[in-house]
Amino acid sequence: MPQLFKRRANAIANAAIMGGVLIFLGACGVVYALGRSDYWTRKEEPLAQPVPFSHEHHVAGLGIDCRYCHTSVEKSSFAGMPPTDTCMTCHSQVWKDAPVLQPVRDSMQNGRPLRWTRVYDLPDYVYFDHSIHVNKGIGCASCHGRVDQMPMTWQEQPLYMRWCLDCHWQPEMHLRPLEEVFNLSYASPKNQFLLGTTLAEQNHVSHDGLTDCYTCHR
Amino acid sequence: MNMNTWRSTDELEDRPAFRDWLQREFPPLASEWTNEASRRSFLKIMGASFALAGLNACTRQALEKVVPYVRQPEDLVPGQPLYFASALNLEGYARGILVESHEGRPTKIEGNPEHPASLGASDVFMQAEILALYDPERSKSVMNGLEVSTWDEFLALVVQEREKWKSNGGIGLRLLTGHITSPTLLSQIEVLLQEFPNAKWHVHEPLATKAPQPIYDVGKAEVILAVENDFLGPGPAQLKYARDFASRRRADSGATKFNRLYVAESTPSMTGARADYRYALGPRALQEFGTALATEASLPSWGVPILADLTRNKGRSLILLGDSLSEEVRQFARNWNRPLQIAQPLPSNGDSLSEFMQHVEAGKIETLVILGGNPAYDTPMDFKFAEKLALVPLRIRLGLYEDETSALCQWRLPEAHPLETWSDARAFDGTATIMQPLIEPLYGGKSAHELMAALAGNAVVSGYEIVRQYWHAQHAGDDFEKYWRKSLHDGVVAGSAGGKSSPFAPSVRAAASGSGLELVFRPSPSIRDGRFANNAWLQELPQPFTKITWDNSALISPATAKRLHLSNEDVVDLKYRGRLVRAPVWILPGQADDCVTVHLGYGRTHAGRVGNGVGFDAYALRTSDAPWGGSGLEIVKTGLRHPFATTQHHQSMEGRDQVRVGTLAEFQQHPAAVAQVGEPAPGGDETLYVPIAYKGHAWGMAIDLGACIGCNVCTIACQAENNIPVVGKEEVARGREMHWIRVDNYFEGAPENPRIHFQPVPCMHCENAPCELVCPVGATAHSSEGLNQMVYNRCVGTRYCSNNCPYKVRRFNFLEYDRNPFESAPVLKLLRNPDVTVRTRGVMEKCTYCVQRINRVRIEAEKQNRPIRDGEIIPACAQACPAEAIVFGDINDPQSRVAKFKASPLNYGLLAELNTRPRTTYLAKLLNPNPEAEKT
Repeated sequence: MPQLFKRRANAIANAAIMGGVLIFLGACGVVYALGRSDYWTRKEEPLAQPVPFSHEHHVAGLGIDCRYCHTSVEKSSFAGMPPTDTCMTCHSQVWKDAPVLQPVRDSMQNGRPLRWTRVYDLPDYVYFDHSIHVNKGIGCASCHGRVDQMPMTWQEQPLYMRWCLDCHWQPEMHLRPLEEVFNLSYASPKNQFLLGTTLAEQNHVSHDGLTDCYTCHR
Repeated sequence: MNMNTWRSTDELEDRPAFRDWLQREFPPLASEWTNEASRRSFLKIMGASFALAGLNACTRQALEKVVPYVRQPEDLVPGQPLYFASALNLEGYARGILVESHEGRPTKIEGNPEHPASLGASDVFMQAEILALYDPERSKSVMNGLEVSTWDEFLALVVQEREKWKSNGGIGLRLLTGHITSPTLLSQIEVLLQEFPNAKWHVHEPLATKAPQPIYDVGKAEVILAVENDFLGPGPAQLKYARDFASRRRADSGATKFNRLYVAESTPSMTGARADYRYALGPRALQEFGTALATEASLPSWGVPILADLTRNKGRSLILLGDSLSEEVRQFARNWNRPLQIAQPLPSNGDSLSEFMQHVEAGKIETLVILGGNPAYDTPMDFKFAEKLALVPLRIRLGLYEDETSALCQWRLPEAHPLETWSDARAFDGTATIMQPLIEPLYGGKSAHELMAALAGNAVVSGYEIVRQYWHAQHAGDDFEKYWRKSLHDGVVAGSAGGKSSPFAPSVRAAASGSGLELVFRPSPSIRDGRFANNAWLQELPQPFTKITWDNSALISPATAKRLHLSNEDVVDLKYRGRLVRAPVWILPGQADDCVTVHLGYGRTHAGRVGNGVGFDAYALRTSDAPWGGSGLEIVKTGLRHPFATTQHHQSMEGRDQVRVGTLAEFQQHPAAVAQVGEPAPGGDETLYVPIAYKGHAWGMAIDLGACIGCNVCTIACQAENNIPVVGKEEVARGREMHWIRVDNYFEGAPENPRIHFQPVPCMHCENAPCELVCPVGATAHSSEGLNQMVYNRCVGTRYCSNNCPYKVRRFNFLEYDRNPFESAPVLKLLRNPDVTVRTRGVMEKCTYCVQRINRVRIEAEKQNRPIRDGEIIPACAQACPAEAIVFGDINDPQSRVAKFKASPLNYGLLAELNTRPRTTYLAKLLNPNPEAEKT
């Protein structure tokens, strides 16, 4: 009885098996890479908002402090979103007829709040507290980037747990003097570790418990 | 010490079937596949879902909105809760509260430390009231017959009616209310009755005592005798009495003298469980004992040392009597107690239901306004209230629910919840509180004040104005604004305490007589007189002693059960004075022989989805001449069975020395002899676990069993704080209840009259935690401060941890939270504590020591660069506890209260011989026996 398969068939079978494995691994790699990609995390993706609010204009152009609008950032877990009232303190005087500000004027008039799209959206099982970070010397820019250079706001960091832990493992590498917390253009010095260690001691930042699960999850 | 403790009659008898049942990790069906689908199709579906599970993650996180205010309220810091002082009523009496509000939604109720009836603690009803606020089944619109109407249409009717009343002085106008202490409402009623002098006000309160007792200083009493008087049980003064009582039972404070408590009662109560001596007697025997005590004649032999002890401490001893005892005996007790009397009780509104019924029958009533209450359900059967109400032509009802009474009224007005309305109320000692609303009425409810104002012809005035005007009239002077704001802020009106002494007509009561089985009525420890029937938290709360949920039962003693050939869950017909009710039996050790106790409040037909058809209606046997029971009960076995959902054995711990009890004298002679018994805990280095040095804080908890009164409030407070779901009767029967802290109940000694002990059991936060080692995904891990952390987002639901937990304190979420019939109403989302994750199906959960509270305090302290102060972190259970039995703190700080508790020789760890090194430990309970009584 003649051979049913030619000798070549061995090579084809081997190649098919190897190929299958490679395709599977490749697919896994693609899924993994996709999961880590900026597309997935929405990193650096400007989001559409009801009013095209420019941090660049308000912060860099006009020099308004972060806390003018995000009033509770030093007191509460939530940094605070400005009520329509805050917008209208200026915009009842300047640009008071600008068409882009129509939603703000509507909100003031009919008492319905503006509905902004959340740019930094942590999962619901993560309990982040702004106030403790700001009070211990983590600058706004450490997580939010150069907001003063963003015409439309985007998410600067991937917000993976690994990214959170990078800092919680070694807070010294990210601490800055308390008076520089709201300075968006602050650049960390070359001897950051030395400065950070001093600051950590000064402001009572200890490593104990910083990476406990219950620090963020509960 | 070899204590003979047991948990139920089943355990005592120890039948093979019971052992088999007990051995299982979860009761039958808790972990079994009972679906119709075959194994094959199950595997097919599982395979497909497994393959698709990866794709499930293939969607980007949905965009969410962030919605700021238009105008942000001045004091509000987003993300930080605000607290407002107010009050809640129980039978009209206020208990002061502080309500936590997150961006305008109330989420949690705590006691107000400034308020004399709460002292910072709370009871189960206060805790559960927050659920009632959001109850989606409250009345939502004004109804006229079957038609939906409006408040304005109702006002138009009132205008018409008022014309009539003006001409005839209000003949035929009647008000029917529950007990009222609200000064504003009382003055409104007075104004109305002045305008229409022929109108009348009637009062009915199902649990009211005919002659309220004066208020006594329990903390100063050396010897207390309580006869059928549950002063430590639920009631308007419970929190104050429990605090005072427990303060005289603390070995840690170096007290060398305890108070001594004798209790004689027909059915075990929280007071009876705390007694040094407890006597189980039927109502007839109790009355005889009371008479003997008053006359000092024919006192039973066991009563002699009691009377001697009382007499020896005369002036510092109390005799507290129940409402079922005769007036002569009560008068004797009042005289005896006079030296320890603090205040007269608030004047009762009286109970004029019988007069009311006569007027109904005579056709004298044309317009009836029923404010609150639920008379169609809870009035004595002989009045035939529900039947006769139809004789009144116009019936108007203001009520929270479309209940049994609403069903008989044409005009039904939705009532605003106490947390939605301006009002005021007095505590048991007369202290007034101005109640402020936390939220706009969710369902368009109106308050009793607004209705009364409308009847008085002033419909435009708001509840706020009514209450404010009343208090303005009370406080003449320029600084009213300051006075008003301070009263609101503090939650008490300064100088309002001290009830005006009022002579009350002693009611003449036939002393219990007759023969045969006796019937005893008691309010339900969970749902009171039925008013909380639609509250799922309370329905699912395991009742003290029986641990029954979602039911009431006919409680009988083991001996009587044997005589009548009854066993648990047998259904019987209770026949009493020609009335009949069908009830399931529960055999309760410590129940008096030949005496059946039934709890009121169940068997509702119009309570709502939660409360309808739960249990049987014991009011069907209750008559006006015997409101607390009497003789002549007949029991007929029907042969039917009714399964109970009890949590009694679910977490059984196999007869080790879980509860340790000694006497004060033993403790004083050999301090270690009481608690340091059994197998000792292994030493520090005898372990395979990796040792952890706790350098910073080390959180721990100590629970003083000598103080605990078993009131269950820790369980409900925890449920409210930690978003714990209700699972329903069926699921409780499968052992799937979710409570993070349970109150275990142990009996000791002979089943006829055992000693009763309580033991609250939260997670022990073991330093060598068995659960942590077996988790395959690291979802439960140790924190640097010794907390046993449970990370929900990592949990895959293997349940190995629960299997390996010797304390059985872990709870597995078998249910999809948002499909659970008790939790699915969208409005209940407002109730959730935003600081705690809402868990989903397939996730293990357990007590966290309220880590959200630890973190909040820690962050505040760190922001101020100061250490955390002792006592600053209070878990929900400890905050609610009226006896201050639960203490939490840093055991690394030798000055902390918890460290001092743990240093006491009474301190012991549960199953410490397993070397789990529990962070939660217990202080043994001490009794204070009377050497003379020991001899008899």
